[in-house]
Amino acid sequence: MLDVAKVTQEKILDVGIEEGAADLTPERIQAVIRQTLASEGGARIKTYVDTCVSCGLCSDACHFYLSNNKDPRFAPAGKVKQTLREMIRRKGAVSVEFMKKASEIASTECNLCKRCAMYCPFGIDVAFLMLFVRRICHKLGITPQYIQDTANSHSATYNQMWVKDDEWIDSLLWQEEEAQEEISNLRIPLEKEGAEIMYSVIGPEPKFRAQLIYQAAVIFNVAGLDWTMPATPGWDNSDMCMYTGDNEMMARLKKAHFETAMRLKVKKIVMGECGHAFRSVYDMGNRALGWRMPPVRTVHAIEFFYELIRDGRINILQKYDKPVTIHDPCNVIRGRGLHEMLRYVTHAICAEVIEMTPNREHNYCCSAGGGVINCGPPWKMKRVDGNKVKAQQLFEAKSKGAQTCIAPCHNCHGGLEDIIHHNEIGMDLKFLGDIIYAVMEKPEHV
Amino acid sequence: MHALYNFVTGPLAWVAFILFFGGMIYQITSRTLLARAKDGVVFEYWNFYYALRSILHWICPFASTNSRRHPVLTVVTFAFHLALLAAPLFLFAHITLINEAFGLSWWFLPDGLADGFTLLVIAACIFFAVRRQIQPDVRYLSTGSDYAVLFMVAAPFVSGFWAYHQFPGYSVVTILHIVSGEILLAAIPFTRLSHMFFFPLTRGYMGSEFGGVRMARDW
Repeated sequence: MLDVAKVTQEKILDVGIEEGAADLTPERIQAVIRQTLASEGGARIKTYVDTCVSCGLCSDACHFYLSNNKDPRFAPAGKVKQTLREMIRRKGAVSVEFMKKASEIASTECNLCKRCAMYCPFGIDVAFLMLFVRRICHKLGITPQYIQDTANSHSATYNQMWVKDDEWIDSLLWQEEEAQEEISNLRIPLEKEGAEIMYSVIGPEPKFRAQLIYQAAVIFNVAGLDWTMPATPGWDNSDMCMYTGDNEMMARLKKAHFETAMRLKVKKIVMGECGHAFRSVYDMGNRALGWRMPPVRTVHAIEFFYELIRDGRINILQKYDKPVTIHDPCNVIRGRGLHEMLRYVTHAICAEVIEMTPNREHNYCCSAGGGVINCGPPWKMKRVDGNKVKAQQLFEAKSKGAQTCIAPCHNCHGGLEDIIHHNEIGMDLKFLGDIIYAVMEKPEHV
Repeated sequence: MHALYNFVTGPLAWVAFILFFGGMIYQITSRTLLARAKDGVVFEYWNFYYALRSILHWICPFASTNSRRHPVLTVVTFAFHLALLAAPLFLFAHITLINEAFGLSWWFLPDGLADGFTLLVIAACIFFAVRRQIQPDVRYLSTGSDYAVLFMVAAPFVSGFWAYHQFPGYSVVTILHIVSGEILLAAIPFTRLSHMFFFPLTRGYMGSEFGGVRMARDW
């Protein structure tokens, strides 16, 4: 039997947690935990923590548990046991060391993927509980440094990557110019009031992946759509504050995003291929603002591409010929049920699709989501080693012939890229947009 | 002995019933009010169709993916819960007592079958206790209260079996049987056994969210 006490792990130091914790006292911790539980901890927190019968049926749901030799500390209920359950049991009287570990568990060992909610007979939402722990850590100032920096960027600039207002506009004009070499009358319409669609992306697109904006512009132009992009803050749909427990800032970011769409009087927002951004507008941010559903219809890229292909707005010249496999991103599959549309699009643009199992709602997370990849380099190997089951799945898909993995989510891309490199799987990674751009019919002038 | 018997089947039984029914009403009411105040989403997204769809998938054996992954545990768990409810509710001796006290009666199980159910509950409790000991993740998760709850559930069945078969000392054991049953009833609303009435609420909410918002299955 596995002796828990003997499993040692290399201690990872995170300056955000360490320096934040240096200012903490047990009294302050107790005051913050009690205050947060009293003001924000509602019926769900109480019922989830009180009702769990420790049956262990959630364990196998978690890729961290499966990938760490089934170390029980990585079982979803085990993470609750080491964090919130203990805080409640001791009425907040926990040590500084306890809180440092709690921050590490909640921020770097749980992707908030909600797979365990589908494996718990009671439907206990461990992701929700881990977010509550992050909320307490946020109030105590012990959030991991890298993700806190992105949250700071959100607070200062309303985007994730410290992109200045003029740099944003410059990036769009630059991509427009680049794309005009291919399609001479292509436009990226900025600030077009009354357009049908506002296209929004995440901060890293203008910063690191500008070609995605180029590709999207080509798709919009070829499909002949009435679209626009905002030239003001509110263009970035991402939201790391959602993952640091900074709920106030999460709500402000979503407000800015929705209000930008309303100012432009668009009928809908189309979002790029990002999972967490979709969660922030469709699940968490809208709720924080009191919207049952987003106030402006918001469509993820998967659904957008699905509609374009279904309605014949774009034509596929020749299908992508390398065999592909599909990675289902949690936030748009378990979060919005887009799995069949994802398959419709993939089959429409690729000649051969090889499925990984389990898939659809039962997919394994990429281990990057939930802000885990945003916790940065100190935690990288823990994240990659914490997802050997995904590496295994990719290997199996490759052994059946898959050469390319489609992952319609930025975080999944980051996570899978690290998994593929570290395990030397040798697989290409693509967005749907990459392939659609490559295989679609593109007239010289549209 | 008669005075003691009268006490445990009289005043003590009333205390147990009041704690059981009152506790249940209190827990559900106070939790609902708390949800009203702090968890607006629960009422906003609650949907009876999706709640029921999810609950049905989880109360039918092998209808959920996870129950198919653990066939032995699934069989034991479902048999255990069924026997746990059926044996005491449909036991001839219990119905006789109810009939004497309140003039009510209903259908009962043949004694042999009730006996079998009792043994099944005891065997399942042993299975759960052993599982808590030998499966590393469950062992890690288990606390004293998890074992205490198992003991509380097993006690009235062991003593009931003993008393029914009139093993040595059965008159004392009968008293123990009644008291342990009363302790179990009274404990349900205030321990993890509260999943008896919280299960439909937690599962139903997750089913509502998955069905109505996430548009994905949750089983």
